Amino acid sequence: MRLVSPKWTQRIAVGVLGAATLATLLILLFIIVFVLEKGLRTICWNFLFTDPQDMGRAGGIFPTLIGTLLLPLLALAVALPLGVGTAVYLTEYTREGRLTRIIRFGTDCLAGIPSIIFGLFGFIFFVTILKMGWCLLAGGLTLAIMILPTIIRTTEEAIRAVPYSYREVSFSLGATRWATVVKVVLPNALPGIVTGVMLSIGRCIGETAAVIFTAGQALHLPHSVFDSVRTMSVHFYILAREGISAKNAYGTAAVLIISILLLNVTTYWLMHRFIGRRT
Amino acid sequence: MTAEIKFSVRRLCAFHGRAESLRSITLDVPDHRILGIIGPASSGKTTFLRTLNRLNDLIPDFRATGQVLLDSADIYQPDFDVVGLRKRVGMVFALPVPLPMSIHDNITYGPRLAGVRDRQQLYDIVERTLQAAFLWDEVKDRLHSSALRLSGGQQQRLCLARVLAMEPEVVLLDEPCSGLDPISTAKIEEALVALKIRYSIILVTNNTKQASRVADDTAFFLMGELVEHGLTEQIFTVPRDQRTGDYITGRFG
Repeated sequence: MRLVSPKWTQRIAVGVLGAATLATLLILLFIIVFVLEKGLRTICWNFLFTDPQDMGRAGGIFPTLIGTLLLPLLALAVALPLGVGTAVYLTEYTREGRLTRIIRFGTDCLAGIPSIIFGLFGFIFFVTILKMGWCLLAGGLTLAIMILPTIIRTTEEAIRAVPYSYREVSFSLGATRWATVVKVVLPNALPGIVTGVMLSIGRCIGETAAVIFTAGQALHLPHSVFDSVRTMSVHFYILAREGISAKNAYGTAAVLIISILLLNVTTYWLMHRFIGRRT
Repeated sequence: MTAEIKFSVRRLCAFHGRAESLRSITLDVPDHRILGIIGPASSGKTTFLRTLNRLNDLIPDFRATGQVLLDSADIYQPDFDVVGLRKRVGMVFALPVPLPMSIHDNITYGPRLAGVRDRQQLYDIVERTLQAAFLWDEVKDRLHSSALRLSGGQQQRLCLARVLAMEPEVVLLDEPCSGLDPISTAKIEEALVALKIRYSIILVTNNTKQASRVADDTAFFLMGELVEHGLTEQIFTVPRDQRTGDYITGRFG
């Protein structure tokens, strides 16, 4: 004898899974609404485009906006070519063997290391040994190392998902391996690569510990890559932790959430247009 | 069979790891004729075809011995230009594989790789090759829409046009009609017969009737061996080998 009939098992399963999904969505929504509700009132033209005053108690957040823009950009400028290059080399130019397995295992391990370790490394190596000091460059390079494993692995997966037959066709039409990579493999792997890039940007934008360690927390606009910068995440971390201004901390957080939303929407829109043209 | 010889294969053996997939094949492929290759599954037909444009090179632990001469030059010489070889010897695969780009870009893929940039010239290539593949009338109004939206039969004719766009000397076809309906098949066959004026064509097929319809010469492969090779009429009417006769009358395979 069954305790519960299959029909009821089915109903319970749908109920439980649905409830889990709903709970997840509600928690996310609650956080976003909570931060936006507290922060949106603060946001105005002056808040976005003027310098902070009195350690951030008054004034705006313009330098941290620029810092949040520049730091991930610099990290990507370094990590993207290196990561995509490595992934292409591992998938297209080498045969599967012990060496590729070791490299893959290494990148997987690196991906799991807490960001503070990268921060510590960046502090010791870039800031101290290379005498860069706390600056945009040291921060960017540290974040680049941090996101490199993610970019390599997502790009690799994306490249592997490109049908082998496309490569065969390309070779049979007289393409070199390089031409095949550039004209067939990478364009078709692009959606996956972009996903990895988005994840990486998210990690860079959200990072505080590693950034404070390497890029510092200066509140003025950087004039070169050797100037210290503060990102929005670092800014509201400090505002909240030091008890400087909860209002401005929420305001900054709201700006951060909105910018990430905008970034995602634009990227998906561009991706859709790109894929739409090809299929 | 006094035509000029395009491919001259001498004692060709091929191995996948330890397994021998071709056993000492010796065969001449004349120019401006269609050679049909028939034989049951895993008889080495496809492997043989892929040794002719060295596409087997992509498979790990593939090895070939013997000689394959294209216009008297051995394509398995270490310094032979493989990329150049594949431009001279085009291939149509069993499953049509349009690249995920427009019809126009699919066809001009080869020419663009070869450095053709002029738009009018590229357009002329598209029109000429689509005409030759009997596809022009069906797609002339949507050259810039995705090739993935074509039907299977249209995709395969697109693949043929794409090969012709490289202006090859030899066209290899690996069971090009295996997934197609009879009408698409007829169109492909019609195109092939029209094309042999300009090219040397090698057609691997599982369909013996197709070989008897379009091939001038026919070769019968069995378990990696070339059992018999001759004029198509002769193979289909008075086969010299018992096994050939058994296969084409459908007694096995």
